[in-house]
Amino acid sequence: MSDIVAGLLQASLLFSILAAVYVPFGDFMARVYTGTRHLRVERALYRVCGIDPDADQHWSGYLRAVLAFSLLSVLALYLLQRTQQWLPLAIGMAPVDPDQAWNTAVSFAANTNWQSYSGEAAMSHLTQMAGLAVQNFLSAAVGMAVAVALVRGLIRRRTELLGNFWVDLVRGVFRILLPIAAVGALLLVAGGVVQNLAGPAEYATVGGGTQVLPGGPVASQEVIKELGTNGGGFFNANSAHPFEGPTAVVSLFQILLILVIPVCLTRTYGTMLARSGAGTRRHGLAVLAAMGTIFTLSLVGTTAAEMAGGGSATQAAGAAMEGKEVRFGEMLSALFATATTGTSTGAVNSFHDSFTPFGGGLVLLNMLLGEVTPGGVGSGLYGMLVLAMLAVFLGGLMIGRTPEYLGKRIGPREIKLIALFVLTTPALVLIGTGIAMALPGTPGAMTNADVRPHGFSEVLYAFASGANNNGSAFAGLGADTAFFNTGIGLAMLFGRYLPMVFVLALAGSLAQQQPAPATGGTFPTHKPLFVAMVVATTLIITGLTFFPALALGPLAEGLS
Amino acid sequence: MSTTVTPVRPEQGRADRARSAAPGRAFAPRGLVTKLPEALRKLDPRAMVRQPVMFTVLIGSVLTTAYCIAEPSVFAVVVTLWLWATVVFANLAEAIAEGRGKAQADALRSARAETTARALVDGAETVVPAARLGIGDLVVCEAGDVIPGDGDVVEGVASVDESAVTGESAPVIRESGGDRTAVTGGTRVLSDRIVVRITAEPGTTFLDRMIALVEGADRQKTPNEIALNALLASLTICFLLAVVSLQPFAAWAGGPQSVPILVALLVCLIPTTIGALLSAVGIAGMDRLVRRNVLAMSGRAVEAAGNITTLLLDKTGTVTLGDRQAHAVLPADGVAEAHLASAALLASRADGTPEGRSIVEFCAGPPALPGGPAAEDASAAAGEPVPFSAQTRMSGLDLPDRRVRKGAASAVRRWVAENGGADDPGVAAVVDRISAEGGTPLVVAEADGGTARVLGVVHLKDVVKAGLRERFAQLRAMGIRTVMITGDNPRTAAAIAEEAGLDDFLAEATPQDKLDLIRREQEGGRLVAMTGDGTNDAPALAQADVGVAMNTGTSAAKEAGNMVDLDSDPTKLIEIVEIGKQLLITRGALTTFSVANDVAKYFAIIPAMFAAIGGYEGLAALNIMGLASPQSAIVSAVVFNALVIVALIPLSLRGVRYRAMNAEAMLRRNLLVYGVGGLVTPFIGIKLIDLVVMFIPGMV
Repeated sequence: MSDIVAGLLQASLLFSILAAVYVPFGDFMARVYTGTRHLRVERALYRVCGIDPDADQHWSGYLRAVLAFSLLSVLALYLLQRTQQWLPLAIGMAPVDPDQAWNTAVSFAANTNWQSYSGEAAMSHLTQMAGLAVQNFLSAAVGMAVAVALVRGLIRRRTELLGNFWVDLVRGVFRILLPIAAVGALLLVAGGVVQNLAGPAEYATVGGGTQVLPGGPVASQEVIKELGTNGGGFFNANSAHPFEGPTAVVSLFQILLILVIPVCLTRTYGTMLARSGAGTRRHGLAVLAAMGTIFTLSLVGTTAAEMAGGGSATQAAGAAMEGKEVRFGEMLSALFATATTGTSTGAVNSFHDSFTPFGGGLVLLNMLLGEVTPGGVGSGLYGMLVLAMLAVFLGGLMIGRTPEYLGKRIGPREIKLIALFVLTTPALVLIGTGIAMALPGTPGAMTNADVRPHGFSEVLYAFASGANNNGSAFAGLGADTAFFNTGIGLAMLFGRYLPMVFVLALAGSLAQQQPAPATGGTFPTHKPLFVAMVVATTLIITGLTFFPALALGPLAEGLS
Repeated sequence: MSTTVTPVRPEQGRADRARSAAPGRAFAPRGLVTKLPEALRKLDPRAMVRQPVMFTVLIGSVLTTAYCIAEPSVFAVVVTLWLWATVVFANLAEAIAEGRGKAQADALRSARAETTARALVDGAETVVPAARLGIGDLVVCEAGDVIPGDGDVVEGVASVDESAVTGESAPVIRESGGDRTAVTGGTRVLSDRIVVRITAEPGTTFLDRMIALVEGADRQKTPNEIALNALLASLTICFLLAVVSLQPFAAWAGGPQSVPILVALLVCLIPTTIGALLSAVGIAGMDRLVRRNVLAMSGRAVEAAGNITTLLLDKTGTVTLGDRQAHAVLPADGVAEAHLASAALLASRADGTPEGRSIVEFCAGPPALPGGPAAEDASAAAGEPVPFSAQTRMSGLDLPDRRVRKGAASAVRRWVAENGGADDPGVAAVVDRISAEGGTPLVVAEADGGTARVLGVVHLKDVVKAGLRERFAQLRAMGIRTVMITGDNPRTAAAIAEEAGLDDFLAEATPQDKLDLIRREQEGGRLVAMTGDGTNDAPALAQADVGVAMNTGTSAAKEAGNMVDLDSDPTKLIEIVEIGKQLLITRGALTTFSVANDVAKYFAIIPAMFAAIGGYEGLAALNIMGLASPQSAIVSAVVFNALVIVALIPLSLRGVRYRAMNAEAMLRRNLLVYGVGGLVTPFIGIKLIDLVVMFIPGMV
């Protein structure tokens, strides 16, 4: 079987499974977030924590809960890393440096999983399991909760109550993430991913030398790393490591885990709208169509660029194989790369730094779009909905009405919040990259300082990855410096929580409104024209903001 | 139920006013020159800071000017000049838009010229300056006097020339009591004597407000303008970041950029087109209303008009012609239709009411009933007319050999009985049927020699105005629900609503019903517009999102509404909605155009900035327009950016052409014209400008 046929089969298998689970899983999540009954374990948890699960929160209360919980997460994770040498399962690991511990704490709490460390060389098993893996669950559930709160803002009328954050958080973890993770981990183990509590072991190789093989609870972390679009690998080589991603089948399964929640959340959205009468399931499909259009364009572009390769060495290899696993081949690598950068996951099964300039540029662009294709768990949905409202604002004016989405008017307050949301991550990327490039020490951190456009791409990629909570690295950048640990840490922190502030405020302001009924004068937000507008708005806004930067990075490199 | 008074309106007066402010005339290229001093005055940074986009350009211009002085070069000077031109063009657009209102305000001000008032204090007249009148003062106005302030007529009746305010030369009647009590300061009494109670302090009269409005003196930003400004400001910040951060990137690439180039890139990227024209669009929108003789008390109301989803229309005067018209003649058994028609015609000769005239037209009209009646004309001249009176409730004609009568059924039947005729049960049934359908039956009878007999019935009915059905269909396509308000019974109302193609009706409506209906619609998230003129309309006018008071109405109604129609034409509500929509569409179209333009500018400027640097030569491939040199490329982009503002001034004043169609079709069309058009136009424009610019020495 040729690579191309294999690649196409892999892609069509992936999309078939996604299509098959879309309706049942999407509707299941809608039931999770709209149901009124609590599981016994949940009720016990609420009682212990002193939470009234039936009390809805004002948007500001919801926000305070999100921020307080996340702050606590950062602190807990920081402490765990700094004290891991005294705790059980230390497997001989030293405490993590303060700036790196801060970076990692923020990174995992913010669903980014940017790793300036090498997992097998820095983190104890306890830190991995009780710290990083736990945060993988929690940060994912926080993202979903915020998305659901925005959906409620669109649905509800004449109220500022957006639901209960603690309930949304607990349900996301207990009813969605944990069950799938448990099954998924077993499947991964069956596929060859390791799962033990062993420390590094030394083996004699056939060639006569010795090799240190790391062990650890890999599968259990691997599954939530993908499912929660976190991306932080147990090992430095992430899903390209044979213990994390042993076979092409496992790799494909990982892509499925990455995409399943962000994709199916659009169904959850449509179902919640349809059940409440605020909209139809087609509204959810339209959002998915916008995400899917950009995803497909990016996937085709990246695959084409990688297949074409560049230079005689790659021609001889058949494609640009540097930095890619021969187990996976070209197309599965491109598919994984598109999925991982389009979802804020950041796990990798190949190294983006080694991609061709255009291929690497596209995965970079996926992140710069704001992680909405289909984006991180929850954050993808709320990001895309905000962009949809921005598109509606421009389009709505052109039909002579105060713009509205699902009958909710996009007035001065709403557009200010939308603008702030859209502005946040580009500002962080541009300011961060700008400062980095102005610092004299930066070139020393680049692997490719001699190829200037490529060196620049490495830095741009790092801040794009951090601010948009992706967490993947262009790999070329030695990011474990005080500047990058602190700077990217700040980018991750603000890139995660500022948009949440704006999106929850927006949800509160939308929830207050009485929706206007849809008439012939309303711009339909579930039809292809709307999808085209959202796609165009997303591409143009991002394109215009980052054109100069992309020109000096991937474009200059690719065109030369 | 209120009655709507539709004054006779000579179209001439309106046409003149409209012509004097026609868009073509107001925007002549000459206007660019004459308004230049004002545009330069508007460079005051304190005023410009309110417009974030243009303020950014202003700061950029100052920066490049400073650079020019420090390091002069042809390129830097040309860029700087065009940056200043960009700011001036923006101010010019605003000045031109304001200029049209100013001319109108001057005309109004002449009506407000110093007047004195004959105040009535304890029954005695004293002459006081109009400026010293207070609320509640009584003033006397006689023929030839200018009414000194807004007020209500409390005594007498007079004909008043209101042309100073409405542009309408035909005099109107103002009288105490009822719905025609309001008089406007600055108008002139033509006949008789009235006593007016002043209802507005000097300086806050209708005329004062009108002047302030057309001048745009206290123009406040509307919600949508604020929203759009917020979006434009954030786009500006976004591009500012992109340009500022570009410098360290460029330095790493080995090609740090000069100040004029960075400023040029910034100015080209930020949405200057819409930023420059935004206030002109708003002013011009108000102006379009004023030219249609509608005064909006705030820009907010104009904008709300575009959002209207429910239109409440009074039946009388809006949906129907207001007067009942002959619709059919229904002869009694054994009577020829032509005979009935000729009798009806004779009986109506002396009837000057609109109903009577309509019978004459209907019965004499050749298509309806050919032959017969016209021959009766000669005999009619010989007869003795019996005019209509409230007591007899009939009119008719006494001829030497024959008497004809027409009138209310009971009156005519009594007359027939008095003259020895018999009642016709068939006719009685027809009369009942017509009444039940909401029509008005007029019975026609004649006394030929001795005994009288009933000839039949003339069916009068409300006639729906021509063309309304299509109009309402358009409104439906735009997503606007039309609801007719009438005091008629539900059956009549249903028949008329059906005939006119309205979506719904409110029959036997009291003012409270109207108010409740508006509240109900608003609770469902709808926005309601209505017209009204009576004092009892005031609560509903105030509750409605857009309440258009008729100028003929009471001052209470005018106070409650947020617009006043000087022509008192209730149908104009539809135009007002269209103007509101046009305003938003124009803003949206210019914003889209402005943002879409940026793509081409990047393709001009980015290769110009970097293609010469070693390792970045590949970027030359982005110069798809084939611009002559880096300098000429940047200058061309800046020049295009400035000229496009001037090119779009007429569009911003006139508004994007609006056609009633459903939202999706309209969006598709506007996206194509302003989105795709905005993408393509600058590629052509910049290339053409480059072909000229490349000949400037020092550019290549």
